[in-house]
Amino acid sequence: MVFDGLLVIITLWLAWASLASRDLFRGIVLFIAFGLVLAMIWVRLGAPDVGLAEAAIGAGLTGALLLATWGRLPRPEAAEDVEKPEPTMVYPDRLNEPGIMMRIVVGSALVAVIAAIGWVLLAPAVAPGLTETVGEELAVSGAENPVTAVLLNFRGYDTLLEIAVLTAALVGVWALGPAPKVAHAEPSPVLLGLNATLLPLLVIICAYLLWVGKAYPGGAFQAGAVLAAAGVLLILSGGRPKIPMSLKPLRWAAVVGLAVFLGVALAVMFGGRHFLEYPDGMAGGLILFIEIAATISIAVILALMFVGGRPEDES
Amino acid sequence: MTSAALFALAGVGLIAIGAWSLVMRAHLIRKILAVNIMGSGTFLILVGAGGGSPVDPVPQAMVITGIVVAISATALALALVLRIANATGKPALPEDFERDLMDREDP
Amino acid sequence: MLIDLLSIILIVAGAVFFLAGTVGMLRFPDVYSRLHALTKGDNAGLGLMVIGLALQMESLAVIGKLILIWLLVLLAGATASHLIARSSIKRDIKPWSRK
Repeated sequence: MVFDGLLVIITLWLAWASLASRDLFRGIVLFIAFGLVLAMIWVRLGAPDVGLAEAAIGAGLTGALLLATWGRLPRPEAAEDVEKPEPTMVYPDRLNEPGIMMRIVVGSALVAVIAAIGWVLLAPAVAPGLTETVGEELAVSGAENPVTAVLLNFRGYDTLLEIAVLTAALVGVWALGPAPKVAHAEPSPVLLGLNATLLPLLVIICAYLLWVGKAYPGGAFQAGAVLAAAGVLLILSGGRPKIPMSLKPLRWAAVVGLAVFLGVALAVMFGGRHFLEYPDGMAGGLILFIEIAATISIAVILALMFVGGRPEDES
Repeated sequence: MTSAALFALAGVGLIAIGAWSLVMRAHLIRKILAVNIMGSGTFLILVGAGGGSPVDPVPQAMVITGIVVAISATALALALVLRIANATGKPALPEDFERDLMDREDP
Repeated sequence: MLIDLLSIILIVAGAVFFLAGTVGMLRFPDVYSRLHALTKGDNAGLGLMVIGLALQMESLAVIGKLILIWLLVLLAGATASHLIARSSIKRDIKPWSRK
């Protein structure tokens, strides 16, 4: 309990320091640390799957995206070899600082909201929760890990929509324009050596997390995030092994998750079942099939969003 | 107070911290950080309110979904921030230019 | 009982190394010495903690995974500090000297 209290204090302090720090870079780094401490809180709450997802996606990939965007912001004293875009709209400088009235209003509104939610939270629970219901149906769900069963069978519709959101976000990022051009220095040989060791290991860890997610904490999203980290490493090392990389396989890889999930959901309707109702006995195999496609998609989409725009087709 | 309730209250605190910064700060990347922290607070409330002892997998699955949706929204928002910064020269909305004195030293 | 005591000693020693590395990061004058203190302190601290935890585990697979984690942190820490030092040299950040 003391440890939990310490974790709470550290988390709140890190969140405040991240948002209040003068230097934005420091704020982003503190946010990554906040994500890691939050992952520990998830473990203390008995949610190791969520802890894995928070550490890999919430802290790691979000932190990488934030740092990359921070680095790409136009700076007045930028180096000459980085292309400086011309501002197309110029606004007059206006001084519009939040005054004391605004602080009082926002502050009191927040205090009221915290008090209300806190009062509701501290009241004794009235709903029984869904643990028993899930436990009863776990045997026929096709997975022994209850979170995987909920994600891919009981609430599979939510996961289908989630993958659709991910794909839509990629389409949105690509629609915003071409990828920002960065001057690539020659990557350090140490980084290339790290890639040689780490990338195969990351692929193995991804496959392990995917496979083991059936019975133990793990699953498609965590595995996809690990593979996306491998993709981000590749991008950061100035590209890839010297293979002319065309965009087409990446486009297919990005949509295969949504396509397979939707395809399975529609195909099971042929036996007179509902949308996304797996046939008896095939649930385990179907879940694995969907998870493999979803992992590939998640990895490709997250790594492509790190580029920050539509990459050039180099076929 | 159980540990789970303590974490849920921490989630409420995170929502308050995030909301304050979202309103008060002008730099768009800082706003994105604030929204992410508010999201993490909401997830803590979701799982923490469920209580500790029989671990309930449904809110955990919802939170995993939420984390992935949050990063999708963050990636799209960051691409938008880059476009705004390139178009107007500053990573802030036009009505907030020069508003937050703390961000004057930021690039 | 003896194993527990040994674990506690090793884990506390690891924490002391972490503390030393962090104090070094806060107090040393330039980026290179800070990297040095942080990386060395964290690697040694994590190694001691891993040994202390491994004494508590029963299955060899878990011990193997703990050692794998330590090796990966070593690898990542070394590469990261190399990259930071390299980019610092490129920006002409001079190492601190007594003059």
